[in-house]
Amino acid sequence: MSDTKDFTLFRRTKELENELDNFFNKVSEGGLAFRFGIQIYMNHGPTAEFEEKLYHVNALENTADTLRRSIETKLYSQTLIPESRGDVLGLLETMDSVLNLMEGALWGFSIETPDVPEEFRRDFMELTDRVVLSVDELVKGARAFFRNIEAVSDHNHKVMFYEKEADKLSTKLKRAIFGSKLPLPNKVHLRSFVESVDNIADQAEDVADRLAIYTIKRTV
Amino acid sequence: MDITVIIFLTSGLFLGWALGANHLGNVFGTAVGTRMIRFSTAAAICSVFVVLGAVFGGGGTAETIGKLGAVNTLAGAFMVALAAAGAVWVMTRAGLPVSTTHAIVGAIIGWNVFSETWTDFDALIKITIGWVLGPILAALFAIALFFATVRVIRALKLHLLYLDAYTRLGLILAGAFGAYSLGANNIANVVGVFLPASPFVEFRLFDLFTVSPAQQLFLLGGIAIAVGVYTYSEKVVHTVGRGLYTLSPVSAWVVVMAHSLVLFLFASEGLERLLAHLGLPTIPLVPISSSEVIVGAVLGVALVKGRQNIRWRTLGRIGVGWAMTPAIAGIVCFFGLFILQNVFNQNVYDTPRYQITPAAAERLGREGLPPTLIARLAGQTFESSAQLESSVASSRLSRGDIARILEASQIDAVRVEPLRLGPKEFRWLTAGQMYAVYRIAGQPFPHRWAFAEALARESQDWRPGADAVLDKPRNRALHDRVEALARLFRDR
Repeated sequence: MSDTKDFTLFRRTKELENELDNFFNKVSEGGLAFRFGIQIYMNHGPTAEFEEKLYHVNALENTADTLRRSIETKLYSQTLIPESRGDVLGLLETMDSVLNLMEGALWGFSIETPDVPEEFRRDFMELTDRVVLSVDELVKGARAFFRNIEAVSDHNHKVMFYEKEADKLSTKLKRAIFGSKLPLPNKVHLRSFVESVDNIADQAEDVADRLAIYTIKRTV
Repeated sequence: MDITVIIFLTSGLFLGWALGANHLGNVFGTAVGTRMIRFSTAAAICSVFVVLGAVFGGGGTAETIGKLGAVNTLAGAFMVALAAAGAVWVMTRAGLPVSTTHAIVGAIIGWNVFSETWTDFDALIKITIGWVLGPILAALFAIALFFATVRVIRALKLHLLYLDAYTRLGLILAGAFGAYSLGANNIANVVGVFLPASPFVEFRLFDLFTVSPAQQLFLLGGIAIAVGVYTYSEKVVHTVGRGLYTLSPVSAWVVVMAHSLVLFLFASEGLERLLAHLGLPTIPLVPISSSEVIVGAVLGVALVKGRQNIRWRTLGRIGVGWAMTPAIAGIVCFFGLFILQNVFNQNVYDTPRYQITPAAAERLGREGLPPTLIARLAGQTFESSAQLESSVASSRLSRGDIARILEASQIDAVRVEPLRLGPKEFRWLTAGQMYAVYRIAGQPFPHRWAFAEALARESQDWRPGADAVLDKPRNRALHDRVEALARLFRDR
């Protein structure tokens, strides 16, 4: 009796493991697509190629949502990892919101088509790079939470580092924007875009903070 | 089949029920407490394996039976089992894990006091040793196992989900194994006393297995334990699983493994035999019970992980429960026997007489007791063990010596009349054993041991093995057969 039960137990475990890995893949892929999207917008404006990246991120976000719901349902209906499932739930939901923020920022560019003057484009792309690096480290940290708990703090540390770097750059960019000769409405408009990109790194940092606590809780 | 036997059997089944209700916590408490296994799943697995253990693993008689053997009437055994069950039930109501063996020993002491039988206080000392040694051993094992497990998990870098799945599987396996041992080790406590009066007959199942009357009785006892597991065990499960300390799933596994290991190493005759068989030194068996061990194991993990979170109040209650269990059982048994004897007119004890016959005097001399003392006692008859004990009080004998005198001089007259042998005896006596019985036909023996020695002189098949460990099962079986024959040949 218990044999068949355990057999299905491991099959389900494998399924769930795949879903989790898939979810993290979607978040990290979302980061890459987001970076390409911003690069394309900065170099060529709101082209069809840019729209394609937007839809790519949009699709990733939808899949991630589905995966997240499926994982959460399984964790609770099969009473798996009873000690950590609340934490895993929190982790998945906050990571999902990172993906939401990336999608939202791209939608902003697509709908509002801000006019980014040449002199700010480089910094915009640099900011995006740092933000995506922080998201990348976050995904690595989250994977480590499941596989190699001791490595989590290394990744978290890097998330914090890239978030600080992104903050510095966003402050620099905003100063440059408001120090320029652009009309005030343009300045305010551009600032909102700097913030929408920088917010992603802030959210990544918040998730990393949670992850640090979950890691302490998950001692044997 | 006597109706009174069935009535008396109910107290054994009540004891089984109380045992099941109390002991599920030991095998599955931590697994349920950490929500790794649902209560209903744990109860189902435990019930199945308890019954399997009782029927297929419960062949050997437990030590407690030896002690219970002294309770020499069925009505007395009924009360002893009832009182022990009552004590375990009270503790289960309070949600405290306690030792059934201690309850039985307490009840037997109650019977001893009532029947004015001399009590070997070694039993009490053993209980106390168990209280101290069991938890300490378990805590040490749990601590060692905890550190080892942490290292292994770190080295393996298991995925959280797999760690969860393996831990769950480990908890299920350890629990099933624990439940099997629970059934095998305790079934004799539950229905062992009723074995000689078993109302069942042997039958064959699907033409594959022969199911002996003992196994049928054990099945009944096993079912009683399983019913206890299902109906009343939740409180103790929660005390062990969450009440004492909040465990993580992996430490829950560490606790049940430490529990099983300690019981296997220090309380298992199987391992003792295996070591002796391989010519290795044996580990001394210590009288520890599952409940003491599980509490110690939880404490061990708690001490390493953060002692500030131990709920000392719960621990204190458990300690009080341990001390009260034998006390309650003893007191209930004493008054119960009084009522049984005076209100229901039952014979709750036979008072054996003691006489230093020439055979007894010769045996005591062999055993090295002072010749002057033997000469003084020779030919005297004592109406109770207490009377004999007070007559030798001036000699300042050790408890062991008093026990030897009592054993050698107890009158239990046997007259060998092979005509009384029935088909049952013909089935289980070997040819050599049967030969010996016929060789001493017609002879009277004042003591049971003298009867056993006479049989041993006549046939190799009646001679106990010399090895204290390896021959234990054989000697125990021989002892049981001699007892059964002596009952048959009792000279009235």
